Amino acid sequence: MTEALPMAGAAANVNLAGLAKNDYRGAPSTLCQGCGHNSISNQIIAALYETNTVPEDVMKFSGIGCSSKSPTYFLNRTFGFNSLHGRMPSIATGALFADARMKGIGVSGDGDSASIGMGQFKHVMRRNVNMVYIVENNGVYGLTKGQFSATAEKGLQLKKQGENPYMPVDICMEALVSNATFVARSFAGNPKQVKELLKAALAHDGIAVLDIISPCVTFNDQANAFHSYAWGKDHEEPLHEISYIAPRSEIMLERDMEDGEIREVSMHDGSTVILKNLERGYDPTDRYEALRVMEESQRNNWLVTGLLYINTTKPTLTDIYNLVDTPLNRLTDVDLRPERSAIDKVNALMF
Amino acid sequence: MKKIVNDFSITVGTKNGSGSSTANNTILRSIFKMGIPVSGKNLFPSNIQGLPTWYTIRANKDGFIARRETNDIVIAINPDSFTRDLASVTPGGAFFYSDDIKQPISRTDVAIYPMPIKSIVRNDPNVPTDFRDLVGNMVYVGVLAQMIDMDLDKVLAALTFHFKGKQKPIDMNFNAVKAGAEYAKTNLEKKDPFHLEAMNKTDGLIMADGNMAAAIGSIFGGVQFAGWYPITPASSLAEGLNDYLPLLRKREDGKHTYAIVQAEDELAALGMAIGAGWAGLRSMTSTSGPGLSLMTEFAGLAYYAEVPVVIWDVQRIGPSTGLPTRTSQGDLTFTHFIGHGDSHSVILLPGDVSECFDFGWQSLDLAERIQTPIFVLSDLDMGMNQWMSKPFQYPETPLDRGKVLWEKDIEEIKGNWGRYLDVDGDGIPYRTIPGNKHPMSAYFTRGTGHDEYAKYTEDSSMYIKNMERLKDKYYNASKYMPKPVLHPAKGATVGIIAYGSTENAVLEAQHYLATEDGLKADFLRVRAIPFTDEVVKFIEKYDQVFVVEMNRDAQMYQILLTEYPQYASKLKPVAHHDGLPASAKWVREGILAKYEKAAPAKKTVKATAAKTATKAKTVSTSKKAAIKKPATKKAVAKSSAAKKRK
Repeated sequence: MTEALPMAGAAANVNLAGLAKNDYRGAPSTLCQGCGHNSISNQIIAALYETNTVPEDVMKFSGIGCSSKSPTYFLNRTFGFNSLHGRMPSIATGALFADARMKGIGVSGDGDSASIGMGQFKHVMRRNVNMVYIVENNGVYGLTKGQFSATAEKGLQLKKQGENPYMPVDICMEALVSNATFVARSFAGNPKQVKELLKAALAHDGIAVLDIISPCVTFNDQANAFHSYAWGKDHEEPLHEISYIAPRSEIMLERDMEDGEIREVSMHDGSTVILKNLERGYDPTDRYEALRVMEESQRNNWLVTGLLYINTTKPTLTDIYNLVDTPLNRLTDVDLRPERSAIDKVNALMF
Repeated sequence: MKKIVNDFSITVGTKNGSGSSTANNTILRSIFKMGIPVSGKNLFPSNIQGLPTWYTIRANKDGFIARRETNDIVIAINPDSFTRDLASVTPGGAFFYSDDIKQPISRTDVAIYPMPIKSIVRNDPNVPTDFRDLVGNMVYVGVLAQMIDMDLDKVLAALTFHFKGKQKPIDMNFNAVKAGAEYAKTNLEKKDPFHLEAMNKTDGLIMADGNMAAAIGSIFGGVQFAGWYPITPASSLAEGLNDYLPLLRKREDGKHTYAIVQAEDELAALGMAIGAGWAGLRSMTSTSGPGLSLMTEFAGLAYYAEVPVVIWDVQRIGPSTGLPTRTSQGDLTFTHFIGHGDSHSVILLPGDVSECFDFGWQSLDLAERIQTPIFVLSDLDMGMNQWMSKPFQYPETPLDRGKVLWEKDIEEIKGNWGRYLDVDGDGIPYRTIPGNKHPMSAYFTRGTGHDEYAKYTEDSSMYIKNMERLKDKYYNASKYMPKPVLHPAKGATVGIIAYGSTENAVLEAQHYLATEDGLKADFLRVRAIPFTDEVVKFIEKYDQVFVVEMNRDAQMYQILLTEYPQYASKLKPVAHHDGLPASAKWVREGILAKYEKAAPAKKTVKATAAKTATKAKTVSTSKKAAIKKPATKKAVAKSSAAKKRK
């Protein structure tokens, strides 16, 4: 997956920011061959390239796990912080105060977000931190060699672990009930949708959660497993087509792009087409409807993909704090230290 | 009866949540405004309402204002602690009590003063029924004022300050004070020796608590971000930021140059603070021991990733329930080695309220200069109690932002830089900050697994090189640390090392060791770790150096042993841990118990020395040297009760 598709109408290999796709790349991936996470990294690169985002205008964050390794594999020119297991949200929350014009991109996993980091996951939602929060969800702990994660479905059989006795956590539902302002789900095997959702998430002011089912080729790819390619292929149920239209960029029709995405397209079968038609009228601004659809899909064992919920009316965390226009990290003594006379004022306030 | 002027302690026994703190602070502030050195310590339980709580005030003309373990004047308002409060009065002392408490009073060796608090308040038609208990506390202020010559004008000044000039509450409370004073004047005959007389020893001083001072100091240090989570006794530090930032960093456009975020827990509190520090903000958090436990993993990460951040630990006792509202110096070794793997923390140890202010701004400078977490260890006594203090001093040096490369810097060096390259040989590398638009500015931050250019590596030699540099950086940092404060004594033969809030107690002990016990000691108050050269030079000078601290395991002593093993035999731990603010009594007794007259020590010599020490204590004639064994309030009460039975 290292294709560099020329954009229609654009100068060869350079976007409107004057950057080549190479300017968005990272170090070579050290994840397993065929890992869904690599495909997501490529879509992050593509989405940022196509939205003409300057790498220096973004900060990238992660916690710990296979997914959290992946920020090394995109955006070399972007400041990044590979933090602690489950604690990426707090690092991002603090860092994004430093320059409120910058966008955060966080990559986490199901262990990182739904288990050890559940607390921070929920609180970064309710604070509406201005970042894209990607959960590369494979239902399994990869780096520690295949234990169940909290998103693994009940009854899942894994080689060393036996049968999973617990009910799973649904990332999107958790995000929605925590008042996230953008909630979407996709499937790593559908890169076109992943990319379009990423573009929409980048354009959203506030927290944008992307739960991307990203099969683990090594530890969790049995045909019956929720997070496998085979299951995803059979059960994916896109809510509706979305196409992000960036200002001043050529529109690329989804159908054309789909034609271009050969490997992933071969993963789909006819059933998804039927289900898509059913949900064409879905309104992603209706929170109640979003919850209903998720509940319904859970009961029917469907994998609902697409933009489940969006609310563009809520202020982001930094909006709430009414910060000065200059990025806080560019302020100097003049702005930060009270003037000399203030010390007498303070001493006078003491008894 | 011989008058005792400006040298006694007052303890008020009330119920938690009864609103007595206004009254107690009023007494404290009134004495302070009379120019008499004074301290006030709130000894409170972990409880919102109902449990017994004490407030102990010490006035001392010589400036010895550490907590005293004896209670010369006791004011009993709480029926639940009445018996114990009565028993705690020193013989010859005074006992004031609310006369609605109908309990037997058997002591004849103290002056007994009933106070009709309830009826006085009931008789004032201006006091609404709901306010009777609150205002009632002011009656004892008035009675006490009359009996010990506390200036009512100063009481009024204290109330005016407390109620921020609002006339209605000032009048209501001051009327109760006057009514109490009037009652005492007419009905009570002075039978105790304690008097106040105005002095000028508090001229130019202010009164403040350490948490407020730390918050204000941080604001003068340009703090821009704080992540915090509520915990006693640290909460008022972050709340102080919220109180004073809008005032001190007000802008015409109404916009903010800072953000204070109450996090979901201490993990997130420090996580946010580290994120902000990493991204170039003057960043901090404040917590206490249990919170610090939760912050441990992040603290270690910040150490290895070399992120500037300030962590205030207002120390208290214990995890979970127990003594969470009691003071302690119990987090020193924990903080020193916090984080897994090898780590050494830079620690500042403020000793009083004005140092809380100073270290507030200095810690932010140091964090950015050294690129490491800076821990500031205060404690409950310093953080939450009102202390007399020098006024806060405006910082004389501009903000130190450390080694930061912006766009033009990167351009000048043609992008040739490495995040972890030791260019200057001091172990401190250069860093860039997100938002820097130069294409060569960015780097990826991780824990230990990186090379000098912040690229991922698990190469052993690179790991070792990095770890050794971190160690160098730590020891080099001592040159930026505040130097210790020396309190010399002429002809000193031994040394005392202490730190933090014990200073007053140690100074008093130092005085009485010299005047009563014939043991002259120099006293060095350490203010930072890594130690500056002055510390080892001090230790070198004496055969015996007593390390005084408020914990069980002698934590500073342990660290000194580790740093200076060659002097192990001369270091002597004097550790005490009852959860109460330090007293000169335990410092002095602790030192005498460890003092060896002839060194090197043999068993027999040691025993003799100890005996001599005990003897010295016993023959002491000073009234301040009440050197009976019991160390706790309860034990004191017990022993005086036992004495009485005799």
